[in-house]
Amino acid sequence: MTRSTVSGAAAASRSRRSRALGRLIFLGPGLTYLIVLLLIPLALVLSYTLFRRGRFGGVVYEATGENFTRLFDPLYLDVILSSLRLATIATVIALLVGYPTAYLIAMLPRKWKTVALVAIVLPFWTNFLVRIYAWIVLLSGPGLVNSTLGELGLGPFEFLYNQGTIVTGLVYSYLPLMVLPLYAAIEKLDPQLREASANLGARPARTFVSVTLPLTLPGVVTGCLFVFVPSFGNFIIPELLGGGRSIMVGNLIRDQFLKARDWPFGSTLALALIAVLIVLLLLQAWSARRA
Amino acid sequence: MLQITGVSRRFGDVTALADVSLEIRQGEFFALLGPSGCGKTTLLRILAGFESPDSGAVTLDGEDLLGRPAHRRPVNLMFQSYALFPHMTVAKNVAYGLEREKLPKAEVRSRVAEVLEKVGLTSMAGRRPQQLSGGQRQRVALARAIVKRPRLLLLDEPLSALDKKVRAEMQLELKRLQHEVGITFVVVTHDQEEAMSLADRIAVFSAGQVEQVDAPVALYERPRTPFVAGFVGANNLFSGRACSVGLAADGLGVLPGSSDLPDGTPALLAVRPERLRLDGGQNGEGVLKGEVADVSFYGGVSHVSVTVPGRAEPVLAATQGATPIRAGARVSLSWAAGDGVLVPQ
Amino acid sequence: MRRPRLLYVPFWATYLFLYAPIAVLVFMSFNSGDSPYSFEGFSLKWYGELAGNAEIRHGLVNTLVVALGSTILATVLGTLLAVGMARHSRSKLLDAVSVLPAVLPDLVLAIGLLVFYGMIKMTLGLHSVLLAHTVFGMAFVAAVVRTRLTHADTSLEEASRDLGAGPVTTFLRITLPQLTPGIAAGALLAFTLSVDEFVIAFFTAAPTEPTLPIVIYSMVRFGVTPEINALATLLLAVSFTVVIVAQRMTRLTESLS
Repeated sequence: MTRSTVSGAAAASRSRRSRALGRLIFLGPGLTYLIVLLLIPLALVLSYTLFRRGRFGGVVYEATGENFTRLFDPLYLDVILSSLRLATIATVIALLVGYPTAYLIAMLPRKWKTVALVAIVLPFWTNFLVRIYAWIVLLSGPGLVNSTLGELGLGPFEFLYNQGTIVTGLVYSYLPLMVLPLYAAIEKLDPQLREASANLGARPARTFVSVTLPLTLPGVVTGCLFVFVPSFGNFIIPELLGGGRSIMVGNLIRDQFLKARDWPFGSTLALALIAVLIVLLLLQAWSARRA
Repeated sequence: MLQITGVSRRFGDVTALADVSLEIRQGEFFALLGPSGCGKTTLLRILAGFESPDSGAVTLDGEDLLGRPAHRRPVNLMFQSYALFPHMTVAKNVAYGLEREKLPKAEVRSRVAEVLEKVGLTSMAGRRPQQLSGGQRQRVALARAIVKRPRLLLLDEPLSALDKKVRAEMQLELKRLQHEVGITFVVVTHDQEEAMSLADRIAVFSAGQVEQVDAPVALYERPRTPFVAGFVGANNLFSGRACSVGLAADGLGVLPGSSDLPDGTPALLAVRPERLRLDGGQNGEGVLKGEVADVSFYGGVSHVSVTVPGRAEPVLAATQGATPIRAGARVSLSWAAGDGVLVPQ
Repeated sequence: MRRPRLLYVPFWATYLFLYAPIAVLVFMSFNSGDSPYSFEGFSLKWYGELAGNAEIRHGLVNTLVVALGSTILATVLGTLLAVGMARHSRSKLLDAVSVLPAVLPDLVLAIGLLVFYGMIKMTLGLHSVLLAHTVFGMAFVAAVVRTRLTHADTSLEEASRDLGAGPVTTFLRITLPQLTPGIAAGALLAFTLSVDEFVIAFFTAAPTEPTLPIVIYSMVRFGVTPEINALATLLLAVSFTVVIVAQRMTRLTESLS
């Protein structure tokens, strides 16, 4: 009796030790890597928001709140607001184009469904810069659209380097990220629910508003997030298609780090960027819980 | 009341419905019975408006039904999966159809309350479908369909998702409700017991065609096609040719039966297991003799399977209560001529 | 239910929108003229120019070194992490940290690493990009392997333990083989993402060791040349092939398992 208890305790301690060993072996390396190359860098960025810039770049460890007050300088506030606006417009357009597309894909016969989905994803797997470059070829002064219009006796127009082109570039780049979650949500929806709605006397439009849309709302929210997040922090599209001025907060951050050498203020802008995204993520979690 | 005339529907190479004609009467509880893939669900979906036939006509009280879109038909469907809207409460689900009719709010509320009362779910009005049991969900689905007071209520496998005990309850409930509301019910099912216990009349489907339309008792006692004889209830089937006293069975001699078929017609003789008489010993003057292969007791009824020389499948006999007969016993089997039904093959 | 006709308009518009620019790019890459805009005749001349471009070759080699190195590192670390999270931990915080690199805006990770490298006074080069790419590569590998693990049958591992195998043997002989398709998919993902990645590389690479996307970026920024058309076409061809092969392979493994 006593012996079995003792050996039971020994076994328990052995299994405890083996569990700890398992944790060390499996979790140790990855966790260490993430702490050193993710969490510490992020903590650094976070801490820089509280310090003053050095005269030749770098940081002077002297606490200040001025980075945050500078955020509300109209010069910067305008940029943040216009980034919000452009990203929002791009998201809304992507949703309006993406929803009907995803809806139709979900209704296609099985074989065509796969083809249509792969065709949506394919451009996304091609180099991002190449896809942006393609728009420059299309839209620039002597570009294809203008030369075609020229044949018709129109133009030439300046298509590039305005906010419309930026939005076009954002929608083009992230549309697949809108379609995929929408498709997943619509596909998951039991078609019998739509039939039930029709059977109870609802017209197709009413069925969409009362049944389809509310039940696919989590997909809508996810899709919007997937488009909004990379759009909001983007600096390549505004630079290449928007003419290189600091139009969006991404350009501003890039410039603080690589040109102005004001790392503390750049970090503060990045923090503002993250703050907006956290609010959005919380919104998404809330909508997912409601569904 | 509902007139289905020559309805056909093909899906690629598959014929789901081949020239189906049926008439369903006002206030009737009608069942479409058949194995899965026989076309009965396609017919249901055509009636509801989710599917259109390649040819044929459907009229309800003389009015064409096929020309109307699904949402304008006075026909409601209780889905097999119930298809309750997961984002709406029970009350909202039930009110959904009434709201589409643009009825005044007060009337919607009173009719919803009334129908929830009728199905015994008043206390659940504020719950979501996910918070209900299977039986309760079905009541909601039923309430949602009948609250519209449709001319015709379609039920797609209404009891199949329920466990045995709830099923029996729901069966009674459905019949009671149908009496109360006086709506014509058309139920689709693959379960013959369900059809038998619920329906006033049953149409048996096979491979897209109607085999027989009859009241349950007539269907059971007088099957008119080999398919019905085999599908509805357990049956011992013997094949052969009709003769004056019954059937000249292949390899078994003459078996008693009653028919009005001309002599020599290829036919099946169907005898229900419970109509077979078993006699122990060799001396009985039974029609068939054989050896008991297996005896199983189903609480109240015993099934005895008997191997008969000259026949591949065992003959099945059912007796009331426990039986003293054991496997290996020699027995003789007999039945009255009136209990053998001849079906042309 | 029927497919509403009206939906075909946005449907086809979407595909036209997605593919028209790409089609134009591919078409123009076979231009014999010097203008990237007007087509003068068919030729492969720009492909020849491209082959002779030392800068692009250098960028390509750098990209492959970074992608290969970070993929190997990310696959090992990510797989271990996935198994650790699925079998040895129930920490929600750890879950959150492990997906953080995948959801964090690339720009934020890029400046974080730039600041960090600056603080520890590490000289920038290819290694700094490689280490940086491993951060998000690992997150994607861990996520893919983990979904595979949660679907995997734990009773197989229990059966192995029951038959007398220790945890290491069980991992190597039972868990790992079950995970192979997931690991392969994760590795492919990490590789593709690394090849394509621009923002983080832009911040963490030494100016003398640009990756291919950085080379493309500077070419695009300083003017349009038909050479980029040719390069773009080749990159497209590679991506398309990889995606289609991957699609086939996953379908194959799905049908096998």
